[in-house]
Amino acid sequence: MHQLTLAEIARGLADKKFSSEELTQSLLARINQLDPQLNSFISVTDDLALSQARAADARRAAGETGALLGAPLAHKDLFCTEGVRTSCGSKMLDNFKAPYNATVVAKLAEAGAVTLGKTNMDEFAMGSANESSYYGPVKNPWSLEHVPGGSSGGSAAAVAARLLPAATGTDTGGSIRQPAALTNLTGLKPTYGRVSRWGMIAYASSLDQGGPMARTAEDCALLLQAMAGFDAKDSTSIDEPVPDYSASLNGSLQGLRIGLPKEYFGAGLDPRIAELVQASVKELEKLGAVVKEISLPNMQHAIAAYYVIAPAEASSNLSRFDGVRFGYRCENPADLTDLYKRSRGEGFGSEVQRRIMVGTYALSAGYYDAYYLKAQKIRRLIKNDFMAAFEGVDVILGPTTPNLAWKIGAKNSDPVAEYLEDIYTITANLAGLPGLSMPAGFVDGLPVGVQLLAPYFQEGRLLNVAHRYQQVTDWHTRAPNGF
Amino acid sequence: MALERCDVEKIAHLARLGLNEGDLPRTTDALNSILGLVDQMQAVDTTGIEPLAHPLEASQRLRADVVTESNQRDSYQAIAPATENGLYLVPKVIE
Repeated sequence: MHQLTLAEIARGLADKKFSSEELTQSLLARINQLDPQLNSFISVTDDLALSQARAADARRAAGETGALLGAPLAHKDLFCTEGVRTSCGSKMLDNFKAPYNATVVAKLAEAGAVTLGKTNMDEFAMGSANESSYYGPVKNPWSLEHVPGGSSGGSAAAVAARLLPAATGTDTGGSIRQPAALTNLTGLKPTYGRVSRWGMIAYASSLDQGGPMARTAEDCALLLQAMAGFDAKDSTSIDEPVPDYSASLNGSLQGLRIGLPKEYFGAGLDPRIAELVQASVKELEKLGAVVKEISLPNMQHAIAAYYVIAPAEASSNLSRFDGVRFGYRCENPADLTDLYKRSRGEGFGSEVQRRIMVGTYALSAGYYDAYYLKAQKIRRLIKNDFMAAFEGVDVILGPTTPNLAWKIGAKNSDPVAEYLEDIYTITANLAGLPGLSMPAGFVDGLPVGVQLLAPYFQEGRLLNVAHRYQQVTDWHTRAPNGF
Repeated sequence: MALERCDVEKIAHLARLGLNEGDLPRTTDALNSILGLVDQMQAVDTTGIEPLAHPLEASQRLRADVVTESNQRDSYQAIAPATENGLYLVPKVIE
C-alpha cells in the first residue's frame, strides 16, 4: 500500500479497495519501523491521524467525494498544527504546542487529508542539508550517509522512502526544490502569494512560500489545488483565481518554448548533472517543445543579495522569540536583558544565530543603504532578467542543483560552501516566480533534479510539462533500496 | 572591512543573543566569511535602479477598521513560560 501515489490512493478509496483507516494504520506502522533509520519525523501524530482517518471514512460513507478525502500527509514542522508540537526544528520551540492551525493545515484538513505527523527540517528553515535541526540530521534514503537536502529534508526523505505519498514543504531559497532534487521527488514552489503564509513560522517573509512535495506532478497538482488561494489573514496573499491544476496536466507541449539560461550550464555545474539535464531537454523536444538559449546575467549576484535580504528579514521575524510569551526560557534569569539573551543564546542553534547577526548588522545604522537597499536593487535586476526572458520563452529549464547530495558533515566547517548549493533555486524566490523540480536520472545511485521556472501564477504550466515528461520517463517511479 | 571580536559582541547585544565566550572567534570568522560573500554585491552597478521590496510589487492590503478577532488570552497564555492573573511574568524591571 505504501507504493501508492496520492492519485492512486484517491482511486483506491473511491473504489472501496481499502479504507483511510486501514491505509493510515499501515503507514503509521511503516513509519515506526523505518523512520529510525532516517529521522524524517519530529512528531508522529498517531491519535490525530487515526481520528482524521475515521472521520474521512465517515464522510465518504455519507456520500462525500474528494481527491484528498482520507489521503495521508505530513506537514513540515513549521506549519502550526493546533495542539501539536510545532518545533521549527529548534530547541526554542521544542515545548511549543501551536494554539491554532496554519491556513495550509486547515485547508488540507478540510479537504479530508490525514496528518501522520510533523517532519524534520533545518532549524527555522535555515539550511540546505537538514543538518541544523535540533532533532538531529535527516538521512537520505538513497544513501544513508548523504544529506537529503534542506530545509524541507524531513518531508523529502519521508516521501522518497515511501513512508507516505506526499508532504508539505516551504521554500525560501530552494527548500522545496533542492531536497526534491536530491531525493528523486517532484516539488513545487508556487508564486509568492499563491499559498497563504498564515500560521507558517516565518523565516524571510518576502521570500517564504509553502508548496507540495510528492513523487509525481499529478500528486503535486492535487495538493496545490487544496493549498492555494486567497487568505485574508495573510497580508501578502494574492487574490487571483485558482485554476484547475489537474485539468491542465495533459495539455500538449507542441510548440512549448523552453529557455535554457547559459548561466545555468557554466562553471560549477557537475558535468554528469549537465548531461542528464540535456537528456531531459531531448525528451521534451520529442514531445514537441522548442528550445532556445537565453541569458539571466544577474543570476551570479543572487546569493549575495539573498544573504542580506533573508537574514535581515529573519533578524526581524525571530525577534519575537524572547522567552516571555512562548517557547524556551532560560533558567533563573538575573534580569530582563539576561532573560532575553540567554533564552535566545541557548534556544537558537549556531546557524540561526549567525543569520540573525548578519541581518542585524545589515540593518544597523550606517549599513542599511550599503547592504539592504543594495540587495533590493539587485533583486530588481534579477526580476528584470526573468521578465525579459519570458518575453521569448514559456518556461525556463536548468539543473536544480550544481552538485549531487553530499555526505553528512562534509560542508559543516564553512557555511558559505553550503549557501552556494542554492545558486540555481534562489533567483525564483527573489523574483517571486513559481519553480518546480522533477526527477531526471541518477549519478552514482544519487538522484538528479531538473528545475522548471514559469511566469507568475503559471504553476499549471510547470505541472503540465512535468506530467508529460513523467508520462514518457520512469525516473520518478524509482524507489531507493530498502524502502 | 572585516568585523573584529568587539563588533560581533556589539551585534550580538543588539540582537539580544547571549554568545558563549568560547564561540566568539569561530562566530567572528563565520560572519566575516558570510560578509565576504555578501560584499560581492558592491561590484554590481545599480545606478538608477529602484529597490524591490515585494516581488509582485503589491502594497499592503487594508481592511475595514472593525473588530474581527475574539479574545484568546487563555489559550495563548497556556503555552507561556510564566503567567499570573492573565499577565506574563518577567524578572523585576524596576527596583
